[in-house]
Amino acid sequence: MIAALPAAARLLVAFPTLLRGHGFSVAPEQTTSFLMAVELLGPRSIEHVRKAAVATLAPQPEQRILFDALFDLHFLGAIAEPGDEDFAPDEEMAVQEDAGSREILVGEEVNETGQAATGAEALSVRALQPADETEVLRRFARVLPTALPRRRGYRHRGARRGQSVDLARSLRAAIRHDGEVMSLKKLRRVTRPRPILLLIDISGSMKQRSDANLALAHAVVQAAPRAEIFTFGTRLTRVTRALRLRRREQALSEAAGLVADWDGGTRIGDALQAFLAVPRFASYARGAVVVVLSDGLERGDPAALVSAVARLAARAHRIDWLTPLAADPGYRPETEALRLIAPALASLSNGGSTARICRHILLLGGSAAA
Amino acid sequence: MALRTTVAGLSSPEDLARALTGAMYLADDGIATAGYLSLALGKPLLLEGAPGVGKTEAAKAIAGILGRQLIRLQCFEGIDASAALYEWNYPRQMLAIRQAREGETLDIYRDDFLIERPMLTALRRPESTVLLIDEIDRSDHEFEAFLLEFLSDFSISIPERGTLRAAERPVVVLTSNRTRELHEALRRRCVYHYIAYPEPEREAQIIMMRSSAVAEGTARAVVHAIGLLRQEPLAKPPGVAEAVDWAEAATALAQAGAPWPEAFRRSLGAAIKDEEDFVHLRPRLPLIIPGLAA
Repeated sequence: MIAALPAAARLLVAFPTLLRGHGFSVAPEQTTSFLMAVELLGPRSIEHVRKAAVATLAPQPEQRILFDALFDLHFLGAIAEPGDEDFAPDEEMAVQEDAGSREILVGEEVNETGQAATGAEALSVRALQPADETEVLRRFARVLPTALPRRRGYRHRGARRGQSVDLARSLRAAIRHDGEVMSLKKLRRVTRPRPILLLIDISGSMKQRSDANLALAHAVVQAAPRAEIFTFGTRLTRVTRALRLRRREQALSEAAGLVADWDGGTRIGDALQAFLAVPRFASYARGAVVVVLSDGLERGDPAALVSAVARLAARAHRIDWLTPLAADPGYRPETEALRLIAPALASLSNGGSTARICRHILLLGGSAAA
Repeated sequence: MALRTTVAGLSSPEDLARALTGAMYLADDGIATAGYLSLALGKPLLLEGAPGVGKTEAAKAIAGILGRQLIRLQCFEGIDASAALYEWNYPRQMLAIRQAREGETLDIYRDDFLIERPMLTALRRPESTVLLIDEIDRSDHEFEAFLLEFLSDFSISIPERGTLRAAERPVVVLTSNRTRELHEALRRRCVYHYIAYPEPEREAQIIMMRSSAVAEGTARAVVHAIGLLRQEPLAKPPGVAEAVDWAEAATALAQAGAPWPEAFRRSLGAAIKDEEDFVHLRPRLPLIIPGLAA
């Protein structure tokens, strides 16, 4: 069928293929819709083709710049691959979201980015060393779904004992006895595991733990029903989508590529403020178990951190702050920032090794599953 | 599928934009295109965007220009088939069974025991309704999966009755505030548009169209201030609806005798609805509201 297409249509059909190559998911039926949309709109100019593509191929808003770059590349023959002179690091956004692809770098602000990063940043990109703690993580992932704290869900399920009457089942049972109600069937609320939100400090002072913490985050994303992972140093990056890739090495290298502020300074307060300023991100914290993996060595203004943690605590089920410094039994939170936020935390404890962090997370639900 | 280039008298996105303006909705290029394509291709329209940018209003306006009734299904966590589709009237069924005489055949799955919920209503009367599935991101993954069958075939299976299929494809509009990611399978069944905050000029026009009492100068001042507010890291950034409310509230206070910048400041509660946001904004207010003494 493709061979019979006119040349112009071949160009159109090739575009979804190009998108798939850059991490967009485009179904065949969307390609069909795209062709029909182009026909419907005229097309009188290339902008009509672009509008048809946006409406039918449905790029997410944060993928939009990459989408437009690929569109220009494909239909206008423009060289969309940005050179260094076009996109200096300072123009990158404070809140980065994993776009699922890194072949064309995107350094533009989108609508919900929050504040732009300011001040000096030590930006570096590096490859991740796979952590040698596979077995610990495997056991952790197996137990995690049942170990997370649970909350009452909104769905009901038939049960022997429960709060309300299951009319549908009661009626079916009554029909078997000519309409005589012999026993009332009951319903009870199901419980659901709470979402887990992991905020990982990847600044210079956490260098020893960064790789292992990201590997741990991969295990969390793979095992927990609902998980969100962000890294922060001088900026905030959402890496959840990259970590959804099943193969760990691939997921970690994908995530590592998204993070631009490895081993830089720490502005935890600003990063958390940026997190809360994007309503979509902030909603990830609602009712969630929030685990912060950070030494809390804040270089920025402690006031920003204190107000951010207070706002986060108002949303979250609990916040646990795990710092490698607490591996020392005599550890007391000494920085002013940590002292001030301590009352808002459910616990401030040892995050010195993968095994300790796993154990802590598994005990959050109050079970002895660890 | 044959293409219907003219739908309800509309033969282009520009036509739709004009009709929407007549229905008091100022549509930009993107939403007019997506709306037109959705109608022409017979696919659901998925509108995403921050709260208050006019997603639900768009659905209302589309229903208005098509001359159809809008059926709204508000999603919430735990919404299930019995809230969205249909439910049997169990007490009445039970009563009918008890009252049935010996030997009488009784069909307890008749229409009059069926309680129609929004999706079933839209399926049975597709030519006279627009189905709005509002805030789909609030529902859980189970419900989203359940929607897929409906949105691809426009059919509903009722075990006791068999499968009901819509004679023609109903007009469906879905909205999402993006509090979670929607499944790709859902997105690909829809025509998609992300509604961003409108340009200042357009937002001022929207305010004046929505409320005839608001003077042009007030509308512009509100739009300018709202633009600045949206750049602040707020828990609840104000949407277009808040801009309209603020302009109306400030106008009402000014008409009641309050001097101008003061009326503007005192009605800030129409735009900002979070105590922490207030605290954050207090030192910046003189910048946001011109003419206000610090």
